[in-house]
Amino acid sequence: MANQDDNRNGAELARDSIPRLLSLLSGVEKVELERFTLEIGDLELWIPTGSSPAAVCLPALEKIKPTSLLPAPFSLPSEEFPGRIHEVRLGATRSVGGSRGRSLVIGGADSPPFVYADKPPKHPPVFALDVFDMEVALPKVLKSNVKDVMGDPAEWARMNVKKYGADMVTVHLMSTDPLIKNASPRDAARTVEAVLQAVDVPLIIGGCGDPHKDALVFKEVAEIADGERLLLNSVTLDMTEAKTLETVTKAAKEHGHAVLGFTGLELNKAKELNRRLYEYLPPEDIVMDLTTVALGYGLEYSFTIHERARYAALMGDQELQHPTISASTNAWAAREAWMQMDEKYGPRELRGPLWETINALTLLLAGVDIFMMMHPAAIRTCKDTVNMLTQNETTVPDQLLHWATMKI
Amino acid sequence: MSEREPKKNIKEISPIDVYKLLPKTNCRECGEANCMAFATRVVNGELNVDNCPPVAKEEYRTSYEKLLRLMAPPVKTVTVGTGDRAIKIGGKYVLYRHEFTYHNPTPIALDVSDDLSDAERDERVRAIGNFTYNYIGRELRLDAIAIRSTQHDPATFASAVNAVAAQTDLPLILCTYDAAIMAAGLAHIKDLCPLLYAATKDNWKDMAELALRYRCPLVVSAPYDISALRSLTKTLNEYGVTDIVLDPGTSVEPNLAGTIHNFSQIRRAVFQQHDELLGYPLVGTPITAWLSPELSRELIQWKEACITSMLISRYADLLILHSMEGWVLLPQLIWRFNTYTDPRKPVSVDTGIRTFGTPDKNAPVLITTNYALTYFTVESDIKSANIDCYLIVVDTGGNSVESAVAGRYLTADSMAMALKDNHVPDLVDHRWLIIPGLAARLSGETEEASGWRVLVGPKDSSGLAGFLKTYWPPKER
Repeated sequence: MANQDDNRNGAELARDSIPRLLSLLSGVEKVELERFTLEIGDLELWIPTGSSPAAVCLPALEKIKPTSLLPAPFSLPSEEFPGRIHEVRLGATRSVGGSRGRSLVIGGADSPPFVYADKPPKHPPVFALDVFDMEVALPKVLKSNVKDVMGDPAEWARMNVKKYGADMVTVHLMSTDPLIKNASPRDAARTVEAVLQAVDVPLIIGGCGDPHKDALVFKEVAEIADGERLLLNSVTLDMTEAKTLETVTKAAKEHGHAVLGFTGLELNKAKELNRRLYEYLPPEDIVMDLTTVALGYGLEYSFTIHERARYAALMGDQELQHPTISASTNAWAAREAWMQMDEKYGPRELRGPLWETINALTLLLAGVDIFMMMHPAAIRTCKDTVNMLTQNETTVPDQLLHWATMKI
Repeated sequence: MSEREPKKNIKEISPIDVYKLLPKTNCRECGEANCMAFATRVVNGELNVDNCPPVAKEEYRTSYEKLLRLMAPPVKTVTVGTGDRAIKIGGKYVLYRHEFTYHNPTPIALDVSDDLSDAERDERVRAIGNFTYNYIGRELRLDAIAIRSTQHDPATFASAVNAVAAQTDLPLILCTYDAAIMAAGLAHIKDLCPLLYAATKDNWKDMAELALRYRCPLVVSAPYDISALRSLTKTLNEYGVTDIVLDPGTSVEPNLAGTIHNFSQIRRAVFQQHDELLGYPLVGTPITAWLSPELSRELIQWKEACITSMLISRYADLLILHSMEGWVLLPQLIWRFNTYTDPRKPVSVDTGIRTFGTPDKNAPVLITTNYALTYFTVESDIKSANIDCYLIVVDTGGNSVESAVAGRYLTADSMAMALKDNHVPDLVDHRWLIIPGLAARLSGETEEASGWRVLVGPKDSSGLAGFLKTYWPPKER
């Protein structure tokens, strides 16, 4: 180095010479240093700890590029869960004291839904179509399918089963609401009898939501349908407050029915209600309704609470190990389902049923076991989807690699 | 200098872990009161490490890198496009939404193929850019355009890419399995950081070269073969490509189950087996519904809509569709928006009285529940109709009107109480309360309990403007 640099310190000298040194060394792979000493304190070690691209862009660190694919086989994890969902049987055939053509068993899941091909649901989800016991206001798109049978629950039920393939029928005893028609429990029981005569699928019996009136109605219906294994929809914490829960659960037990515990998007309430129910009923008699909200109006809360409940149940929470139900018909509360909108959002004849379908498919993925639905296209799509998701298909759709270049 | 520690789950990271690595100067450049407050928001997923301006300075380099590593989500975040409309995909911290919250709402891309005439193409690009829906006060939109080479010709593809890029600022996805065609398309949009679709077991090396040369993220595609995806990812990582998106294959038929299984298994492997080779965003391609041309268009669109919504629920970080029909897209945009809201936020809004516009002493008084979505729906309808009014928000335990009435969270007494507690008699000269149509059955009791007259409003607040036109000011009965 030149003498003029004498008054500069070594570090500066070294730094300034680096570019020259580097150019001299270009193309050289190895340098041997002679008469070289280094104090450890001079050595500054810097080892990158992050994966930030800024830290690894030094060309000197570039790896040797692979020339052929490196193997990295995937092995399916075997996830085991300590918990399992109870199986609940709905509908009783003649041989066990009822008059249904067949029973349906729901529940039994011991693994998250639709993750592993070798763990299909023990019992595939089932679909119920709604029937009302009086004329009700319905969105136009729904009404057009049922206007001929409105007011005739038996005929309506028959159409649901014969024409639209319902696995079950829900009879909504709406006329019993004290604020609507205040129909008597006796009238309600007669409606249920008529529907039992008309169809041989298992029935869900819907009350009006009044904890006093529902108890009277359910008691009467339970008696008249002795042994039919109905699902009484629903029992609530309101009934504990109104001191009518015992009436309903005792009637259910005595006459061989199951109950649906309804709570509003709150798992602790669902657990509390189940604890109340265990005082009267075995777990095999209990189904949960955790509330289904319409897409656009809070479906995400329903989705998440079902995922949480199912995961907790599989992880061992015994108070949540029950099959669940979704009133997917609630999708029609969304204005985007029923309303005539600007034409860029398409006809409601398609938008509405799709809304109901998506509501149900979303909760299907969260593990729901029974769906209460209304539109024929929605139930059809959901049944087809369940079929496709549960059959053990091994076809690899090889044409998939062509979508990017296909002509539409 | 230690071995790489096993990554902490987002819920195990404490604000202190982050704080320790921050500059700790309380400079407030980030807008927070101090570094600890900033750290808390980072841990909650509300802010990124990069929101701290000084931390990227050279003097903090080591801490910064530790921070990035600490906060790196198990599913990598990949950026596509540039500028305001650039999209971030992936960046997932958890398997289940309820464990934390999902980040980076699934962008929805629509395709444009290079066989369209200039006019058709321009019209489609315009339609994609213009599709919007106002949902509780937010504009929901489409996010990207996937340009497909169907003519197998580099020049045709290049001119389509050029034309689309000139017309839109949406991020682009270039779709071809032919590296020569890809190169031709890329040449025109070097700096736009498009997503390249796709590297396969046959073309991966050429695609990797393009991805490196143009610094673009790259999709690896191996339909229904997770081992092949891992192999491609591992190889590309070694090759130097790190911004990767996985395409596990989307099939409406046959074997829909396989699609749902693959997406789920990949995500579970990342979060439960810490499989780093699968820790990349997933792209779903509902457009494959169009591979079944024997179906009617409407049925294909229906199927495309169903699989899209299922994949939004089942971990897709990016979706490519063909249907432009509003009835197909609307539920997806809403479901996507909903899925990516923070489940830790309460379902309810604050109770009390809200003032809209400049209400005078004769302005209408409305009442609704404190369920967040009910409230936001009503609020957005009032605003878009420019109604001057008061809106009372009652505590219904976060229940919507229908369930609040059924569950007796909304009662005549609670409404009477709300009128009093909010001093509504001082605000207006009249004594008319408009209750939700779905609470109609409470009208009589409410008149008794409150001493106010009740008008039963529409069942859906979209009808408010029309309702007020007809019934306000109220006529004596």
